[in-house]
Amino acid sequence: MERFLVGIDGSECSDRALSAAVGQARAADAELVICYVIAWSPYTFSTPQENAERHRRREEELEAARSKILEPRLADLKASGLVAESLARHGHPVRTLVKLAEERKADIIVVGRSGDTPMKTRIFGGTAAGLVQSSPVPVLVVP
Amino acid sequence: MNFNRLLAACPAMLASFSVSAAEGVDAMIDRAVTPLSDALSAVIFYEIPIPFADQGIPFIVIWLVFAALFFTFYFGFINLRALKHAFRLVRGDYTPPEAAGEVTHFQALATALSGTVGLGNIAGVALAVSLGGPGATFWMIVAGLFSMSTKFAECTLGVKYRNEYADGTVSGGPMYYLSKGLAEEWPALAGVGKVLAIVFSVFCIGASAGAGTMFQTNQAFSQLVNVTGGADSPLGGFGWLFGLVVALLVGLVIIGGIKSIARVTEKIVPVMAIVYVSAGLLIIGINIDLLPAAFGAIISGAFQPEGIYGGFFGVLIMGFRRAAFSNEAGVGSAAIAHSAVRTDKPVTEGLVALYEPFIDTVVVCTITALVIIITGSLDPTGQIAGVELTSRAFGSVIDWFPLVLLVAVLMFAFSTVISWSYYGLKAFTYLFGEGQRTELIFKAMVLVAVVLGSSINLASVMNFADAMILAMSVPNLIGVYLLTPVVKRELAAYWSDYKAGRLKTYR
Repeated sequence: MERFLVGIDGSECSDRALSAAVGQARAADAELVICYVIAWSPYTFSTPQENAERHRRREEELEAARSKILEPRLADLKASGLVAESLARHGHPVRTLVKLAEERKADIIVVGRSGDTPMKTRIFGGTAAGLVQSSPVPVLVVP
Repeated sequence: MNFNRLLAACPAMLASFSVSAAEGVDAMIDRAVTPLSDALSAVIFYEIPIPFADQGIPFIVIWLVFAALFFTFYFGFINLRALKHAFRLVRGDYTPPEAAGEVTHFQALATALSGTVGLGNIAGVALAVSLGGPGATFWMIVAGLFSMSTKFAECTLGVKYRNEYADGTVSGGPMYYLSKGLAEEWPALAGVGKVLAIVFSVFCIGASAGAGTMFQTNQAFSQLVNVTGGADSPLGGFGWLFGLVVALLVGLVIIGGIKSIARVTEKIVPVMAIVYVSAGLLIIGINIDLLPAAFGAIISGAFQPEGIYGGFFGVLIMGFRRAAFSNEAGVGSAAIAHSAVRTDKPVTEGLVALYEPFIDTVVVCTITALVIIITGSLDPTGQIAGVELTSRAFGSVIDWFPLVLLVAVLMFAFSTVISWSYYGLKAFTYLFGEGQRTELIFKAMVLVAVVLGSSINLASVMNFADAMILAMSVPNLIGVYLLTPVVKRELAAYWSDYKAGRLKTYR
């Protein structure tokens, strides 16, 4: 069975990517792995207060990603009869998706072209462009 | 919310009082604090006489240097043999990918460093070199290298005995290893541990308000006045206003929970540190032909001093003292910052902490000293010292650098206030219990200290602050000595795993 990895961030564009992936997955009889990457770097600077609360914040971030973004979409996918699972990870969006694609032996990565705001895209870089340059598997970029 | 009202009311009250009655209040506080300050200083800085020397060594310097030497030998030169492994820990080679999103070794080290890298590296070194001559640099580096082992011991204990709460937050530091650690390891000394923890917390609160807050805003403002024209500066006499602005910003971070300000500072501080070090290296590079002579002066000055501050021991003390002030090894503050890391092996954070005195003292302080010596900025009369001397040294090669230095000093001061307000808060809540109300009371005190620090000049309060921060090392090191067997056990188990290749790497 083929496996498609879909990177989502809750934006409209990433939902278009998800529905494109659904169409492809149905045609190829593939299963879907949807992933939300929480932008995070091991080399940032923080205050002592932030460090002390970091573990709790991490749990909150993962919980928010699961309940607000991943679970509603996963439920829709499963209701429409697809085989699907969801993941939330901390890390650099491009590197995390590439690593997941390798780990899960995904056949293709599907992402939206732009994130939710131009500013965010600017700061975190074009995830799509980064994937095109470094992905070990084909990348489907949805406008 | 009444938080915000309090935030707004505090500085306003202070402003009116510092403007209307500055002199009167100065003198009043000075009178009240002097006896207390003198008593504490008399103990902490008690000079132990040395035969055939005109002056003795302050008790606290012997206390800290002896600890640094003891831990270095006891742990078999851990400060040198573990550096490579510690670097790989900081880089994240041993951090499993599942831990993504948690506090990394790098972040814990960076946070601790932003609390210690600051005025000590810029002003303190200049003071040491102008009083003790170039030779003071040598003893500063020596003290820096040995005190790495002290940091290793205290930070390992900080992680080992920290509290992890059900809500996922952590809290650690000397007060926890003094009370919990001693009770576990020496049941007969459980009571002593409690007393030490309380004494430590009292000193920590004093140091937080004094050295961590008042001294910082005071020095930041005096640098601001210096750069804008010294005695003719239009800002002269507006210290209270500067204090209010800083108090507002600090308040927004520590009471308002405005993350963006802290985040901006935490981004600028490392950039400033890098700019400072690069500029220093650039100046040394331009004058590379003078470098051997500078090292010559440092080494010959260390053993055959011609310093103003009298003799061999004078230079030695100057160097040791500045190192102790700058990297805070043995004081216990770093153990609070380092204990937030996510790890199940306390020794790993101790090893990472080795880099703190190394970067702070051996790298940054040495660069400051070299720049001052190489540019020939040393003022033989000793009239120009502190930030001013460093500013002059850098300015003699890069004429706009004093402005950069001003920004650096402001940023370092701000981040030190943020860090120390947290250390003080932890000590305060240890004494008076966790809770919104207790925290708010302490944070309001920090804001008052910010305004006081820049608006009034209180020699006695400053001395008191100095004595307080070093006094923390008395209860702290007693506890660390008693708990060395624990650190030794942890280290032996970890090191044999490491040597046998049983530690998993992920890179």
